[in-house]
Amino acid sequence: MIWLDTLIQGLLLGGLYALFAAGLSLVFGIMRLVNLAHGDLIVLGAYLILGIGTALGLNPFVAALIALPLMFLLGWLLQTVLLNRVLGDDILPPLLVTFGLSVVIQNALLEQFTADSRRLPVGPIEAKSLTFGSVSVGVMPLITFASAILVILCLNWIFYRTAIGRAFRATSDDSVTAQLMGIRPRRVFALATGIALVVATIAALYLGARANFDPSIGPARLLYAFEAVIIGGLGSLWGTLIGGLIIGVAQAFGAALKLEWQILAGHVAFVLILLVRPRGLFPRAHD
Amino acid sequence: MSALLKVNDLTAHYGDFQALFGVDLALEQGETLAIIGANGAGKTTLMRAITGIARVTAGTVTLNGARIDPLSAPEILRAGIAMVPEGRKLFPSLSVEENLMIGAHARKGSGYWNMERVCKLFPVLAARRHQPSTSLSGGQQQMVSIGRALMSNPSVLLCDELSLGLAPVVIREIYAAFPTIRESGTSIVLVEQDIGQALKVADTVHCMMEGRMTLSGRPAELSREAIHDAYFGITQS
Repeated sequence: MIWLDTLIQGLLLGGLYALFAAGLSLVFGIMRLVNLAHGDLIVLGAYLILGIGTALGLNPFVAALIALPLMFLLGWLLQTVLLNRVLGDDILPPLLVTFGLSVVIQNALLEQFTADSRRLPVGPIEAKSLTFGSVSVGVMPLITFASAILVILCLNWIFYRTAIGRAFRATSDDSVTAQLMGIRPRRVFALATGIALVVATIAALYLGARANFDPSIGPARLLYAFEAVIIGGLGSLWGTLIGGLIIGVAQAFGAALKLEWQILAGHVAFVLILLVRPRGLFPRAHD
Repeated sequence: MSALLKVNDLTAHYGDFQALFGVDLALEQGETLAIIGANGAGKTTLMRAITGIARVTAGTVTLNGARIDPLSAPEILRAGIAMVPEGRKLFPSLSVEENLMIGAHARKGSGYWNMERVCKLFPVLAARRHQPSTSLSGGQQQMVSIGRALMSNPSVLLCDELSLGLAPVVIREIYAAFPTIRESGTSIVLVEQDIGQALKVADTVHCMMEGRMTLSGRPAELSREAIHDAYFGITQS
């Protein structure tokens, strides 16, 4: 029964990793941009929720509702003012710029909020759990997991059922021909990064509610997210969800065997899957 | 009468290579104009320069008297020039129907062309609307590419090498749609290597060689020899 419990805890943790990864997956899928600052932007989102909550005396869930449009705006501006200028045939400039952005965000947060660990105080719901037979499941992890599914569903709906999703896919396929259709790639990219940061803010809410955070933890979240995206297959949103779940489950089982093995087990699972499926589990057919 | 689309002394580059040397062109309302020429004559660069994909280094392009050469490609599409690019360039991630719908991405208001009329123009597409665009034959993909451009209800339709890589029977099928397109009020510029096809459908024919216009006239007025000289640049003895 302990194994069933471990599996469920792992899946629920994987939901959080999928949330970390979804924004990264979206941005990579549309503009082939690997945003090395994604983890730090999630941490920035957590501080923003904390700041709004503290200043206005709001529960983090309510504060997040205010943070969401602000982060969308930040994503839009970031893409318009900075990232659109470096996107091109060469993949190196955007990598360097987002790496620099990562360092800037970490240091700005350190300056503003010190290196102290913080946590989002979500209230009594934090300790609540539901019991199914012999397995006990926390309410917050369940909400996190449900949010991950909902986010992937929404992103898929945008991607495959709306006019803007068509523009996303067309621009990703061939940005020159997309311009002949009247699509402005830079606007499409700005919208995509805005949406990615909305998802990052949702991830930030659950990250901050689940565990302590400080300005330095971004890169490790980026690593999990990156592994989830690659396991799933670049550009596949459902693949990203599966990738997140696999890393979560691997970490849970690693920790069950020996606590120190938790992080290592996730990375080992990542390497093993890449050995068997170098392009990930659900690669896009026409890449 | 002033021309609908006017290209004046246009110079453009393909990378570092100068591909156009002071090209002039005038398309009247309702006219079908063909540009013929060998590979590398600058026909595609001219199309790309008009649509804002290639950078214009000198000269002007006007549509209805308004300059469009400083505009970006999406703005030029909105101004009323749509292109069927060489090689069809369908979006592989999009279904047939989605490829057509994205042609109307920038459209405001209504016009003659819509999904229904495009499917009537190319009935074979109606049955394949929900298929991946990559599953179509080359000719069917060309039909989607034309339909996609029409969905924006352009005043000028540019077609780059429609017949490239297609069987003669398929080419005839595609060109059979052009009278309907003309009747919808769209003026057409065809870039063709297939001289016979160009002479058949066009009101005026222009020949390009090495980035310059070498011949212009009505098909009936042009002798085989004149076209041959303009196309290959050698005088027959």
